[in-house]
Amino acid sequence: MNIPDNLLYTKEHEWVKVEGNLARLGITDYAQSSLGDIVFVECPDIGEPCRQFKQFATVESVKAASDICAPLSGKIIKVNQELNHKPEFINQSPYEKGWFVVIEIEDEKEKNNLLTASAYSEYIKKLSE
Amino acid sequence: MLNLRFKDIELKTTPLINAHRALGAQLAPFSGWLMPIQYKGIIAEHNWTRSSCSLFDICHMGEFIIYGQADKSNLEKIITVNLTRMLSNSCRYGFMLNENGGIIDDILIYKIKEEQWMLVVNAANIDADEAHLRARLSGDCKLENASGRLGKLDLQGPLSGDILKEIVGEDISRLGYYRFGYFSLLGEKNIISRTGYTGELGYELYLSNENVEELWGVLLKDARVRPAGLGARDTLRLEMGLPLYGQDINRDTTPEQAGLKRFVDFNKDFIGKDALIKKRKEDAKRKLSYFIADSCRAPRQGYKIYSAGKEVGVVTSGSFSPSLSRGIGMGYIESAYNNSGTQITIKQGSVEIEATIVDKPFYKQGSVRGEK
Repeated sequence: MNIPDNLLYTKEHEWVKVEGNLARLGITDYAQSSLGDIVFVECPDIGEPCRQFKQFATVESVKAASDICAPLSGKIIKVNQELNHKPEFINQSPYEKGWFVVIEIEDEKEKNNLLTASAYSEYIKKLSE
Repeated sequence: MLNLRFKDIELKTTPLINAHRALGAQLAPFSGWLMPIQYKGIIAEHNWTRSSCSLFDICHMGEFIIYGQADKSNLEKIITVNLTRMLSNSCRYGFMLNENGGIIDDILIYKIKEEQWMLVVNAANIDADEAHLRARLSGDCKLENASGRLGKLDLQGPLSGDILKEIVGEDISRLGYYRFGYFSLLGEKNIISRTGYTGELGYELYLSNENVEELWGVLLKDARVRPAGLGARDTLRLEMGLPLYGQDINRDTTPEQAGLKRFVDFNKDFIGKDALIKKRKEDAKRKLSYFIADSCRAPRQGYKIYSAGKEVGVVTSGSFSPSLSRGIGMGYIESAYNNSGTQITIKQGSVEIEATIVDKPFYKQGSVRGEK
């Protein structure tokens, strides 16, 4: 299971990459492999707000529709439009081509509520036990 | 996001559980069993079944062997299709109904000989079916619940005939649709029927549990055969508009509502017949219908169906269709709105899916009745 060191994670299997006051969001390798073939993604529009640990996007795999929650609160400033035609990017490249949105971070301190790569890796290990 | 944890302690497993784990299968509970949902991916397994050949572990399903004549044993009254007219070595799809005409189970009936039958039933219904059968079969006929000793593998896909021929011999090519025979497999004579749940040419193989793993291995040695899980089994049957017990049909639905009246013989006596006749008008108000979404978004079980702003039905099954690259589904809709071409809106929370009612099957290029 691929868990890059430079990201922060949620227990709901979302990742966030903090770049200054901006953050890029997506779902983890564990999430995409559990969900299976992803066929549809719905992201909010640019300018909309998102709240930490609240739903901001939906993905549909062949098996089910799932809510995706935001790891941090903020305002959406960029949406990965490629996912409209290539939702399979999330399966093929969950941390690179499969990113969902970029947000402007509202509250830096919220980062303290997230897991580091090693903590998330421990958490996954326990889940599969 | 998803709670994928489950306790597998109380779940039953098939003889192939270790084989599935070795193949890296994603396992999940299904009808009290721990079953493979997918190996490489549902879409890949689905497409492979449509173009080549897939092997499914279906050992969870139940088998009953009944020794007795159709009429004297009362089996004719328990099953909705005509058994007396069946030829030996043929299968029929039919129902077991309760007194209200509700479906207790949908069943594949095999006529082995004049006084011997095999009923193949859904895993979730094995106990209820056995109780229903034992209470209603006449005293002098014998019922064996063979679910614990018989395994079942489904080999499905346009190449399945060619592949099976190399293992059991030429005779398999002469097996007609919904016919079965006894074939030599790993030293035992087994029932193989030309039946399935995918819309493709295919076979269902019954054999002793202790031989299942060996046959699984033999079949997978052929590079044209790949394992497929219950995920692909579901998308394949959905594309054919085949109902799944527990979702599209249950004790509260009748064959009439499900549009499956052709599997009910009103010229004979059977349990539930009086209720079906009495409820005919009521049943006609709501029908199982089939719809295709305008997008990749799938209707899912429980989503509500609207037409011109009015709530007219509910979704019972739905998924992304790999063959059509659109969402497809089935559900019960008020008959006045259940016309091919009618536009509907399917809603759940903030989700809104535009869809059109169509005739089944969704996928019309299946090889089920012959070569592709």
